[in-house]
Amino acid sequence: MVIKKASEIKSSEITDKETYLNRRNFMRGAALVATTAATGLLYRSLNPPPPVTRPGEKIANLVQPPPAAGFSTNEAKTSFKDITNYNNFYEFSTDKQGVAARSQGFVTKPWQVSVEGLVNKPKVYELDELLKLAPQEERIYRHRCVEGWSMVIPWVGFPLAELLKQVEPTSRARFVAFETLYDPKRMPNQRTGVLDWPYVEGLRLDEAMHPLAILATGLYGETLPPQDGAPIRLVVPWKYGFKSIKSVVKIKLVEQQPPTTWNIQAPDEYGFYSNVNPNVNHPRWSQADERRIGELGRRPTLMFNGYADQVASLYTGMDLRVNF
Amino acid sequence: MKDTRFSKVLLFINSLVPLALLLWDAYHGRLGANPAEFATRTTGMLTLIFITLTLAVTPVRKLTGWNFLGKFRRMIGLYAFFYGFLHLMTYIWFDRSFKIQTVPGDIVQRPFIAIGMTSFFLMIPLAITSTNKMIKRLGGKRWNRLHKLVYLTGIGGVLHYYMLVKSDTRLPIAFAFILALLLGYRIYAANQTPKVPARSPVPRQ
Repeated sequence: MVIKKASEIKSSEITDKETYLNRRNFMRGAALVATTAATGLLYRSLNPPPPVTRPGEKIANLVQPPPAAGFSTNEAKTSFKDITNYNNFYEFSTDKQGVAARSQGFVTKPWQVSVEGLVNKPKVYELDELLKLAPQEERIYRHRCVEGWSMVIPWVGFPLAELLKQVEPTSRARFVAFETLYDPKRMPNQRTGVLDWPYVEGLRLDEAMHPLAILATGLYGETLPPQDGAPIRLVVPWKYGFKSIKSVVKIKLVEQQPPTTWNIQAPDEYGFYSNVNPNVNHPRWSQADERRIGELGRRPTLMFNGYADQVASLYTGMDLRVNF
Repeated sequence: MKDTRFSKVLLFINSLVPLALLLWDAYHGRLGANPAEFATRTTGMLTLIFITLTLAVTPVRKLTGWNFLGKFRRMIGLYAFFYGFLHLMTYIWFDRSFKIQTVPGDIVQRPFIAIGMTSFFLMIPLAITSTNKMIKRLGGKRWNRLHKLVYLTGIGGVLHYYMLVKSDTRLPIAFAFILALLLGYRIYAANQTPKVPARSPVPRQ
């Protein structure tokens, strides 16, 4: 390599100062744009996927129960977009904002629910049979998640009691055990060990027979989207949301209190009853208040999620601190 | 890396990009159903990322010999403090509605809040003594000893994250693993050369 001495460089070969500075500024600008774009893309890639707003099929013959029945609240409903893009459904994702995108391909036809155990007439129901079992009612319920947020959701469904009456529980039946579909091909996050699969839940028989407890098949007048528990799920509005098991395939009447998923996961944090109770805190956080989705601040949590008048009698004489 | 000044400008602006996008999304209502929770989670995550980065500077510098990296450590650390402050503000605003008197009760109720807050407060003396003047006033040795507090902030921050998740502990465990590597390296290095005098906070060229 020939290294020219300064004196040997012709003055015409020297880049003039202005060009040099321009080039340097250009390079700096390019570096700035390229790196900030890369950082921005990295940040975006870690963001949850954009919301999914795919409508379901309209439910025909929707019945509105008389307001006097006290089934529906007249509070402002949470938007369809928020109800369908903020979901705890660990079978698809542990990211509440990621469930919608990851569950869109979930096939729910055909679908069967086996009702069995301590009953006189056990039966495997096709979904269509369940839809015709009782009138499809709109029930606008408060929904309180154990994590401290809440929604107001216009469910469509029918009382669980209607189904239970059909199968005729025997005198030995004291509890109802529910089970979600277990199929890691269709519910990919079941391949991880974040929970014990399949998801199981349970109610005492008298809780299950309560008119507020419904099997929901839709919301906002349309069939349930996958992320909200399609095609059929339990809704027990006076209990924390995780009791309302999604995508149910099995309902079994039993004598002994059945195991429940979150109770298995952390027995001291999630009890069998898990009634909404502002006076009994979760060991790691307060349950005294909640954030209603759509609001920034927090509002007080109501006893039995505001359904105390209807359900408190189920628990007379029970210490709700012990039976949390 | 002769152009240190410009590199610092690059780092400064890039570190602001997540905040800019967060504010942009908030303005356009694109933070999802629970914007308060999203902002809290994102600023918390950014704090942990910057703490991890600032703890990575020295090991990476020593292993690769890229001594210029040391020049960026202060800014990365200050960004960890900055995002930690924003994270604390999301809690004070969205969770406590600025009712500061409810904070002590909440700390008793939720130990992970106490640990997170302690981890943040440990960064305050580090931020205050981050100027050249303060380094001189304290002297390199004492300054170094004081700034070892960031190890506690790192451990506390990861613990805070681990304690608040419900069952999916994969991310907090990933942070814990990286943190263990970075702190483990320091223990290893200290045992390799036991009699090296305290490093100057401003790395040699």
